[in-house]
Amino acid sequence: MAVMGTRMLRKEDPKLLTGEAKYVDDIHAAGELWMGMVRSTHANARIDSVDVSAALEQPGVVAAYTGADLAEGYWIAPLPCAWPVTPDMLNPPHFPVAVENARYVGDIVAVVLADSRYGANDAIEHVVVMYEDLPAVTTVEVAASGDALAHPDLGTNKAYSWALDPDPDAVQAALDDSVHRVSARFVQQRLIPSAMEPRGVLAIPSPHGGDITLYSSTQVPHILKVMVAATTGIPEHSIRVIAPSVGGGFGAKLNVNADEILAVALANKLKRPIRWTESRSEAAMSTTQGRGQVQYIEIGADADGKLTAIKAHIQADLGAYMQLITPGTPLLGSFLYTGVYACPAFGFVCDGYFTNLTPTDAYRGAGRPEASYAIERGMDLLAAEVGVNPEEIRRRNYAVGGEAFENWESPSGLVFDSGNYRPNLDKALELADIAELRAEQTRRREAGDSVQLGIGMCTYVEICGLAPSRALGDLGYAAGGWEHATVRMLPTGMIEVVSGSTPHGQGHETSWAMIVADKMGIDPAHVTVLHSDTALSPLGLDTYGSRSLAVGGVAIAMATDKLIEKAKAIVAHQLEASPDDIVLDEGNLMVAGSPDTATPIQSVGFAAFSAHDLPEGMEPNLQEQVSFDPPNFAFPFGTHVAVVEVDTNTGGVDLIDYIAVDDCGNQVNPLIVEGQVHGGIVQGVAQALWECAEYDDHGTPLNPSLMDYLVPSPTEVPSMTVDSTVTPSTTNPLGVKGVGEAGTIGSAAAAINAVVDALSPYGISDIEMPASPQRLWRLINAAQEGAST
Amino acid sequence: MIPAAFDYAVAESAEQAVSLLGEHGDEAKLMAGGHSLIPMMKFRLATPTMVVDVGRIDDLRYINVGSEVVSIGALTRHAELEHSTALAESCPLLAHVASKVGDPQVRHKGTLGGTLAHADPASDLPAAVLALGGTIVATGPGGVREIAAVDFFTGYFESVLADDEMITEVRVPVSTGGWSFQKFNRRAQDWAIVGVAVAESGKGVSLINMGSIPLRAGAVEAAVAGGASPAEAAALAAEGTSAPSDLNAAADYREHLARVLTERALSAAS
Ligand SMILES: Cc1cc2nc3c(=O)[nH]c(=O)nc-3n(C[C@H](O)[C@H](O)[C@H](O)COP(=O)(O)OP(=O)(O)OC[C@H]3O[C@@H](n4cnc5c(N)ncnc54)[C@H](O)[C@@H]3O)c2cc1C
Repeated sequence: MAVMGTRMLRKEDPKLLTGEAKYVDDIHAAGELWMGMVRSTHANARIDSVDVSAALEQPGVVAAYTGADLAEGYWIAPLPCAWPVTPDMLNPPHFPVAVENARYVGDIVAVVLADSRYGANDAIEHVVVMYEDLPAVTTVEVAASGDALAHPDLGTNKAYSWALDPDPDAVQAALDDSVHRVSARFVQQRLIPSAMEPRGVLAIPSPHGGDITLYSSTQVPHILKVMVAATTGIPEHSIRVIAPSVGGGFGAKLNVNADEILAVALANKLKRPIRWTESRSEAAMSTTQGRGQVQYIEIGADADGKLTAIKAHIQADLGAYMQLITPGTPLLGSFLYTGVYACPAFGFVCDGYFTNLTPTDAYRGAGRPEASYAIERGMDLLAAEVGVNPEEIRRRNYAVGGEAFENWESPSGLVFDSGNYRPNLDKALELADIAELRAEQTRRREAGDSVQLGIGMCTYVEICGLAPSRALGDLGYAAGGWEHATVRMLPTGMIEVVSGSTPHGQGHETSWAMIVADKMGIDPAHVTVLHSDTALSPLGLDTYGSRSLAVGGVAIAMATDKLIEKAKAIVAHQLEASPDDIVLDEGNLMVAGSPDTATPIQSVGFAAFSAHDLPEGMEPNLQEQVSFDPPNFAFPFGTHVAVVEVDTNTGGVDLIDYIAVDDCGNQVNPLIVEGQVHGGIVQGVAQALWECAEYDDHGTPLNPSLMDYLVPSPTEVPSMTVDSTVTPSTTNPLGVKGVGEAGTIGSAAAAINAVVDALSPYGISDIEMPASPQRLWRLINAAQEGAST
Repeated sequence: MIPAAFDYAVAESAEQAVSLLGEHGDEAKLMAGGHSLIPMMKFRLATPTMVVDVGRIDDLRYINVGSEVVSIGALTRHAELEHSTALAESCPLLAHVASKVGDPQVRHKGTLGGTLAHADPASDLPAAVLALGGTIVATGPGGVREIAAVDFFTGYFESVLADDEMITEVRVPVSTGGWSFQKFNRRAQDWAIVGVAVAESGKGVSLINMGSIPLRAGAVEAAVAGGASPAEAAALAAEGTSAPSDLNAAADYREHLARVLTERALSAAS
């Protein structure tokens, strides 16, 4: 029974859809106390005094702490940053509760513990904090100017400068010699990740045993466990971290947060369970944000439009502090500023700056959507400059002429595992019926229709399967990139998979069961997956960077192979045959060519468990484990086409069609692939058209609620056409690449290219994101005024 | 996003609600659908110490179509207006506007009385009632009074309603002449950045989110009455308005939208 590649419904859905699944906020412990966070209302200020005495008088309040109260005896190190990207990177100490200075609106300045959530939230209003305002750095460009200092004691806002720029003179010379040159400045606005489930924690101490269990709505229970130990000083083997059902993360739960450390430290001290769930407004201010860059890109080409050089310089808005992977996030894109193209000269520099805004960190795609946006917007600018259409400029520049390839060394030095770009583009253009779209566009232009049509495309590539541990080491990242899996057959023949990969919506329980069932030829319903609890699954590196399948799933496949080998040896012993002669066919082990010897593989579980008759020297039980460290990344790619209508009277944009042809290598479950692509597209289009974390000149957030921060709903997006090509990865035995971030990486550029295309008759060549109606209206106005003067 | 503490009482009738309001003074708030009040309480922009739940007074959920007037109980849900065939036949503008409020959940909870009492200049149904020349019926300790919709709104989230009064009924004329509703927003579930409601081919024109209260576009109405074309009349749409500026739109953009949408609405309604 072939299971791989089928559209199996997700095993986890009934539990998630009926409310049976338990999220952190659903889990309670007797005697628990709620934390209420007093958060700075100032973006940059000296804290003159914090008075918690009135809060302590409030009903139900048990304790209240200032930063100074917690400075000794609660933690042994500041909140961790795992990615010092340069040896001299500046990293001001970041403690869960600010002591002398508050560095962004949302920075915690005091904590109140009460016996209810309501009590805690009432009491925090009685904490009196006196601030002395300092000038706030509210944009990365102000940070770069140095006009104000986010951390005055550092004397600079620049945290680091990182380059992938082996020969800057050659890049400049190539640009200078180019026939065609385009340059652009793009702004990647800050985004608020907005997972369906807000973050939450519950730390439960064992008063006599000294152990502590931390429930957290996290993507990374394994990493969190190590970091809790390193930060609080509680011995690592006394800590258990559980991520129960987790309702989305998008990178914002790939962190070690103040609230997590506070909960553990206070629970450990008071020997009472401590809990907290963020409100949406807290989430918008204090959970890490995404993007936040100003990008400068210069592109050179010869007379035919063939790339000669690409130079990218970005200013990254790190926010007020380094969170877990803040500094490295923009660099994950560094290798992709040349996209899917051959380009003889390439240089990239990233300057990271502190601002007095919420820290930034990974957000779906992490660095790669930004890179993809810059090069794919840039290719459209180049197409206009050369005078060819967008697909033509891409065809002329594809790696290996757009032919199928394996192991191509890209301009950034990374070796792309496999690709086949031209057929992928062709398929997307055919599905979109590009000729008919262009004809309709022409009709409207000629008729002077007030509603113009725009067609935008993006041919992206991304880096998935994070990551070869050595490569991470070279980049200065503190951890490895392997993943662990254990596969065991129980005495009754049922299978337990233990995965170090931590799902938060991706459907791991289904995909992992499919991989195992397919290999063994058994029913996927006979496979269960254990995960997300460091006691059940002690080894793991969790879920981010589209790594689960390409690393964790591969580990499971490899462990399954080992288990099958052992089962074969047992059956060979029983049949007095050679293990080499045993084959596995539809769930039965047998001597090749002798169907009468068929033994269901699931019956071997009992033989291994009873151990009455195993080969000489063989250990009982059927359980195998693998830690898989991938030899390379995987490089999925694809073509997205967005079709928009722009109402030139109002500036309103309507996304009317969207076609995506993604290539993520072999697919375990196309239904899950499509789900990932759908969601990813909407998230990327959201950046293009709607979302933006806005701040005023003082660094105060202007839209920290879902009323004003425009997360799109299904009514804003059309029914999408999602298809694929399949170019297996050479990085792993399953030939899989990863698809979690693909949609987001391709869609913002496609959408903006479409809006710009619609307005190109006005001479408009760029539009800052989000392309809001007001912004478009002003651009159209300015263009018309320009034309009439 | 956690409201402050409050007491809660369920009123079985308008009279009981009014007497509870009298008892608790301006510390008390009525709650109908709760879809404006509860968000305000969660943001702690409203901190009533007593919430009087009128949401269960089913006697005030009705749509009665007379020969000239449609009378609607204050607790009628937006969704009930949206799906009423009687209303679609007698006053299609109101039914249509109800279908454009928020999302289905909002429309199944929000009430006509609630949205009028809330007096948010960005809300849809108040503008429709205004364009139709409707009347608001309020019950207070001294009995019942009728207030013309044009006299009802006094300021941002403010109306002539006294602290101890409750809206019990809303009356709109039977209106089957040309109508149109133009709502411009960025997501379907959102409030209008600007909206325009036109009743009776332009006899009644009202504007959403163009000032501190829902506005009648007097200059437009006069121009239409004087025989102006939709384009000519719409050019006057921003006259007498004081559009707010926010993240979605500055005042000048709102004024522009008001003109564009008014022209569309007048054209559609003529
Ligand atoms: C997500 C969301 C989207 C929305 N989108 C829109 C939109 O697009 N357009 C739009 O117009 N509205 C929108 N709304 C608001 C919605 O229509 C509200 O339901 C409505 O504004 C208030 O009605 P309610 O019955 O819920 O009032 P409540 O919230 O119960 O009360 C609102 C106020 O009116 C008072 N009140 C209630 N009933 C009476 C009464 N009978 N007499 C006197 N005072 C009373 C209350 O004391 C309170 O001050 C949205 C709301 C939400 C939550």
